[in-house]
Amino acid sequence: MAHDSGGRSFDLKAMLRDERFWKIAFQVITLIVVIALLSFFLGNLNRNLLQQGRAFSFNFLRNPAGFSIGESLIRYRPNDPYWRALMVGLGNTITLVAGGIALTTLLGTVAGIASFSKNWLVHKLSRLYVGLVRNIPLLLQLFFWYFAIYGTLPRPVDQISVLGIAFLNNRGVYIPWAGSAVLALLGIAATIGAAIAALYLWQWRTKIRIETGVGGKAQSIALAVLGVVWLGIVVLGMNWTIPSGLEAGGVTGGLRLSREYVAALTALVFYTSAFVAEIVRAGIQSVSKGQWEAARSLGLHAGIVMRLVVFPQALRVIIPPMNSEYMNLTKNTSLAFAIAFPEMYSIATTTYNQTGRPVEVFVVLMATYLILCLLITLVMNQLNRTVQFKER
Amino acid sequence: MTSVTPDSFSAPPDIVALGPVAWAKKNLFSDWFNSLLTIVLVLIFGWGIFRLGFWALTTAQWQVIPNNFGLFMTGTYPARLYPRIWALLAIVCGLAGLSWGVLGRNISTLFSRNVLIGLGVVCAFIVLFPPTRPSSLKLLPMVALVAGAAAGGRQLGRRFPGIGSLLSLAWFLSYFVALWLIGGGLGLTRVSTNDWGGLVLTLFTAVSGIVLCFPLGLLLALGRRSALPVVRWLSTIYIELVRGVPLVALLFMGQVMIPLFLPLGSRPDRILRAIIALALFSAAYLAENVRAGLQAVPRGQNEAAASLGLNTPTTLGLIVLPQALKIAIPAIVGQFISLFQDTTLLSIVGLAELLGIGRSILANPTYLGRYAEVYLFLAVIYWLFCYAMSLASRKLEEKLNTDH
Repeated sequence: MAHDSGGRSFDLKAMLRDERFWKIAFQVITLIVVIALLSFFLGNLNRNLLQQGRAFSFNFLRNPAGFSIGESLIRYRPNDPYWRALMVGLGNTITLVAGGIALTTLLGTVAGIASFSKNWLVHKLSRLYVGLVRNIPLLLQLFFWYFAIYGTLPRPVDQISVLGIAFLNNRGVYIPWAGSAVLALLGIAATIGAAIAALYLWQWRTKIRIETGVGGKAQSIALAVLGVVWLGIVVLGMNWTIPSGLEAGGVTGGLRLSREYVAALTALVFYTSAFVAEIVRAGIQSVSKGQWEAARSLGLHAGIVMRLVVFPQALRVIIPPMNSEYMNLTKNTSLAFAIAFPEMYSIATTTYNQTGRPVEVFVVLMATYLILCLLITLVMNQLNRTVQFKER
Repeated sequence: MTSVTPDSFSAPPDIVALGPVAWAKKNLFSDWFNSLLTIVLVLIFGWGIFRLGFWALTTAQWQVIPNNFGLFMTGTYPARLYPRIWALLAIVCGLAGLSWGVLGRNISTLFSRNVLIGLGVVCAFIVLFPPTRPSSLKLLPMVALVAGAAAGGRQLGRRFPGIGSLLSLAWFLSYFVALWLIGGGLGLTRVSTNDWGGLVLTLFTAVSGIVLCFPLGLLLALGRRSALPVVRWLSTIYIELVRGVPLVALLFMGQVMIPLFLPLGSRPDRILRAIIALALFSAAYLAENVRAGLQAVPRGQNEAAASLGLNTPTTLGLIVLPQALKIAIPAIVGQFISLFQDTTLLSIVGLAELLGIGRSILANPTYLGRYAEVYLFLAVIYWLFCYAMSLASRKLEEKLNTDH
C-alpha cells in the first residue's frame, strides 16, 4: 500500500485494486445472488403449494397406491402403499440396468475390438454400426424395436421356437430359468463370487510364477476345483425349468421376459454399445506401438498379444469413461417408460398423477437415480484401482 | 477375431495396387478363421439385406410418408402460412451458402468434383424421391441458392476478409427472424405454439437449447475450475445434481414444476418450459466438456499471461478460453448432437416435434401398423442432421488445428 499506517486506515482506491478484496467480494455477491434466487423460487413454491393445500410432506407414500403393475420382482397388490409400488419400479429398473450393463460390456467390447480386425468386412461392419447407431436418437430406436421389430413377431399361436428350448412371440421372449427366484439369485451370486475368486486366484498364480519362475500349481488346482464346484451349482443345483410351447399357443415354464423389457434392453444395449465400442477403440489405440511390436517379436500370436499385452493396458484408459457410459445407461432406462415398461420413472409418474405431488416425487426420483449412479461409480472406481499401473 | 492389429500400427500401405482377387485374399480370406468369419457374415447380412430389400419393395407401404410430408416438416402449422417457413428456409440456405463460401475462400476450387457430385445427388433425390414431389419445385431453387450464395460469399470473402464476424452476427439475428416468421407478431398473423411442430419445432428447440446452454455451461465450467471455494462448490453441486437425473424426469418435472417455482399466475409457454429444461440439463454436461478443455491448457499459459500483467478476466477471455474451447470442440459438438437427439423426448411431454408427429400419424387408423416405414424415415432425417454436425465439427477441428 502506498500510504503510511499513521494516515487513513481505509483507502477505497487501494482496496478496489486489491485482488484479495475482489475474490471475497465476488464470492459474497455470488452467494447473495444464488440465495436471493433460491429464496424467490422456494418462496413461490411454498406459496403455490400452500394455495393448493399440499404442504411439502412424504406422508402420502403410506397411502394405498390403487394401481396394478404389469410385472414385478417383489410381491405387489394394488392396495399396497405407494412406497411399495415405487420399490417395484426400482426393482424393474435394476433388472434393466443389470442386464443392460452385462450385455453392453460384451457387445461394446467385441465391436470395439472388431474395428481393429484385419478382416475388411468385420472392420467395416464395426464402423458402420457405430456411425449408424450413434446418430439416431435412442427414443426412436426404442420405438423401432418395440413396434417395428418385436411388435411384428407372430402371435402366440404361431410362435417361433428356438431349438425347442426358447420361444418368441409378440407377448415376449421365453427362456429357460431357475426353478425359483431364490435359486436364480443364488446362481447369480455364485457366478459373481466364483468370477471374483477366480480373478484373485489367477493374479496370485501369476504373481508366484513371476517371482519364483516355478510353482503356482496349488492355485491352478484350486481354480479347477472352483470351476467344477461352480458348474455343479449352476447345472445341478438350479432346478432348471425349460419352457415348452402349448398346442393352443402360449408357453408354460421357464422365464417370460415381457416384450417391453426385451425391447428396452435391446435398444439400450445397441445404443450404449456403440459408445462403448468407441471407448474401447480409443483405449486400444492409446497403447503404444512398441508394446505391440515387442510382444510380436517374442513370437506371440496377434490374438494373444491383444489379450495378454494390449488389452490389459488399454483397460486403464477404458474404465473411467465406461463409468459414465454405465451411468448414462442407468438414466436412459427411464425412457422405457415410453413403451409402458413399469420402471422407476414410470411408477413415479403414475404416483405424481394420482397424488398431485410433483416436488416430493421428484425428490424421490432424484435421490434414487443419484444413489444408483453413486453405486456404479463406487464399483468402477474399485475396478479402476486394480487395473492402474503399479509403479515401484 | 484372431488377427487383430490396430490399423495405425500396420506398415505403410503397399504402393502396388492389388487386383480384386489378391485384395479379397488379403482382406477377407487371409486364414481359415477370417475366411469362416467372412462367409458367416456374408450369409447373415446378405440374408438380412435381402429380406430388408424385399420388404421395402413389396410389403412396405411408403404412401404414409408422402401423404403426411407437410405434417412431418411443420406439424399442424396452417398451410396458408407455409410461405413464411419457405422464407425462413431461404434465409437459412442463403446464410449457409454464404458461410460456406467465406470459410472456403482459400480453397482453390469451391465446387470440386465431390461437391458437384453431392449437389447432383441432392437434386436428383429431390426430383426422383416421391415424398418431396409436391414441393420439389421449391426445393431446387434452395439448392441453387446455397450454391449461388457460396460463389458470391467466396468473392465477398476475398474482397473483405473481415466479413466472418459479420456473418456470425447475421446468424445470430436470423434466430430472431426465425422466431418472428414462425410465431408471427409484429405485423404477421400470430401462430399459437400449439401449431408449431415437426422438423421445424425440432430444429427450433435444438437451436434454442444450444444457444442457451452454451453460455451457462461455460460459466459453470469456469465456476467449477475457479479458485474461489463458494463459486466452485455451487457449480459442482449444480453439475452433479443435474447429471444424476434422467432428462425425461427433468423435462416432465420442468413442465409441472416451473410454474410452481414462479409467482402465482405466471405460466410460461409449454415449448419455452421444455427449452429451459433442455438447456439446464445440457449445460451441466457441456460444463464438464469445457472443464476438460480448460484442464488441458498448460498452466504456463496462465503464468505467462499473468507475467504480462493481464488480470483474471482478460487472461480467461483472451488466452485460456480460446485454447480450451478449441480443444473441447469435438466434445462440445458431441454434446450438441446429443441435445439434438434429446429433443425427441419432447414427444413424451406432449410436444409434436418430429418424433411426436410420427407417433400421432401412427395413431391415425389409416396408417395402422406402418411403424417400420415411419420410424425408418425419421431415422434417416435424424441421421443426416447428426452426421452433418459431426462432419462439420471435424472440418472445424482441422481448420483450427495449429499444430505443425
